[in-house]
Amino acid sequence: MTMTLDTPVESIQSLAPQSAARWRRWTRPALGLLLPLTVAAAWEWAVAAGWSNGRLVPPPSTVMSTINELARSGELVRHMAITLERVGAGFALGVAAGTVLGAISGYWELARRLLDPTVQALRAIPSIAWVPLFILWLGIFELSKVALIAVGVFFPIYLGVMGAILSVDRKIVEVGRTFRLSGPAMIRRILLPAVLPAYVVSLRVGLGLGWMFVVAAEFMGASEGLGYLLIDGQQLGKPAQILAAIVIFAILGKTTDWLIEIAAMPFLRWQDAFAPSRGAF
Amino acid sequence: MLVLDRVGKTYPNGVNALERFSIEIRLGEIVAVIGGSGCGKSTLLRAIAGLDRASYGAITLDGEALTAPHPKVGIIFQEPRLLPWLSVADNIGFGLSDLSAPERRDRVAAALAKVGLSDKAKAWPRELSGGQAQRVAIARALVVRPEVLLLDEPFSALDAFTRRDLQDHLLDLWSETRPTLVLVTHDVDEAVVLADRILVMRPRPGRLFEGVDISLTRPRDRNSELFETTKRRILTALDRSLDQAAPDPAAAAEAGDALWW
Repeated sequence: MTMTLDTPVESIQSLAPQSAARWRRWTRPALGLLLPLTVAAAWEWAVAAGWSNGRLVPPPSTVMSTINELARSGELVRHMAITLERVGAGFALGVAAGTVLGAISGYWELARRLLDPTVQALRAIPSIAWVPLFILWLGIFELSKVALIAVGVFFPIYLGVMGAILSVDRKIVEVGRTFRLSGPAMIRRILLPAVLPAYVVSLRVGLGLGWMFVVAAEFMGASEGLGYLLIDGQQLGKPAQILAAIVIFAILGKTTDWLIEIAAMPFLRWQDAFAPSRGAF
Repeated sequence: MLVLDRVGKTYPNGVNALERFSIEIRLGEIVAVIGGSGCGKSTLLRAIAGLDRASYGAITLDGEALTAPHPKVGIIFQEPRLLPWLSVADNIGFGLSDLSAPERRDRVAAALAKVGLSDKAKAWPRELSGGQAQRVAIARALVVRPEVLLLDEPFSALDAFTRRDLQDHLLDLWSETRPTLVLVTHDVDEAVVLADRILVMRPRPGRLFEGVDISLTRPRDRNSELFETTKRRILTALDRSLDQAAPDPAAAAEAGDALWW
């Protein structure tokens, strides 16, 4: 009886939401850009009108031309590439370690009893505190930087995976039990899909921390990278260069985060929260 | 034949959820277990399903002991418990992973048609109404052709109209393969509509109080005089089961000797 009622109602409604969704697709990013663009335009205008000399806070046009200059000389690509490389390597290591240890602690109680207190204690240490030790152990070059980023990425991934496994609904697991799933089948068919949404969130949090720690790592003595541009800009009194590096950090951070979101989308379509109308874009 | 022989369950916290429960259920029989909260209804069902081990006694199906989930025993819970990441069709086919893909597809399609949800095959569970979701759960349990189907208050979360609809629907589906149904419910109406036999339970500790055979012919008319009389009989039995809950020297004596085995 429900079906005969449902069908006509759905077919009537299906036309309107589609065009509305298309409309939202373009207006949403535009709305998000409104505030930063207005502020930028206002500052540009304030400097042009002579209300500020813009020496310490250069207007957007100056920042843009700095970025252009860096790009033309090929320096920008070099700095971006090395920073991306560091974040990529550190992120990969942190994700691998966090996923494996988090899964073990979440799945196996004895391992959790053994491992988790130590990990939690290590987590309480501010990660920057490891820097001197890492430099002594691993030298001042790439290895110590990657290690620091990996440590920063590790904890949210570890916590996310363990917490997600622990909070898998017992009722859903029982469904697997009534169909007599073996251990590996239970992991593949119940635990993995159940854990995936929380895992994607922890990947995004981890990546955010990776970007945070790459700056810290590059502050501790680098000759290239976006963090080096920041330090160099400070020491030589070039605020436009600092702002340029900040803008590029923002673009890279947002883009990589968005890539994770896009990559995960096909696996998470079943979730209410990932319905296209509710996505960030 | 499903046989429960002096089945008891004591939880680690010392609560006696179920005591000395014995019953024989023929293949194809529909048995409703009814009683107030804390009478061990769900404990009983979970023990048959093999989800929890009974502390005492034995449960056997055709002579085979049931101590873990068994391929011939299916269960439908109070909530649909669909896997949210699988489409409706994949949910129904969840227990058919041993079959070849085309065979599985055919079985799922047939099951979908039987519960009247062929048009929802590709929908996500979140897109279903409560009644539709529970119909998918019924299809998922029946598609593996169980000999015994356990139902733990399967319709209690639904509105009265949907509930009646699904009760009738369940009987239709049952009549095709005639598995044994063991239905836990707190709804007297539901028990009388569906069951061949109603087991009235008594709480604290959960015990069998009275078994009532229902000989009304199917389909049963919910408005008939006989239906009303039968309902009243069950309600009276339920009332008496609660009356005797407090002082019952016989139960205390037997509880003492239950410690021996």
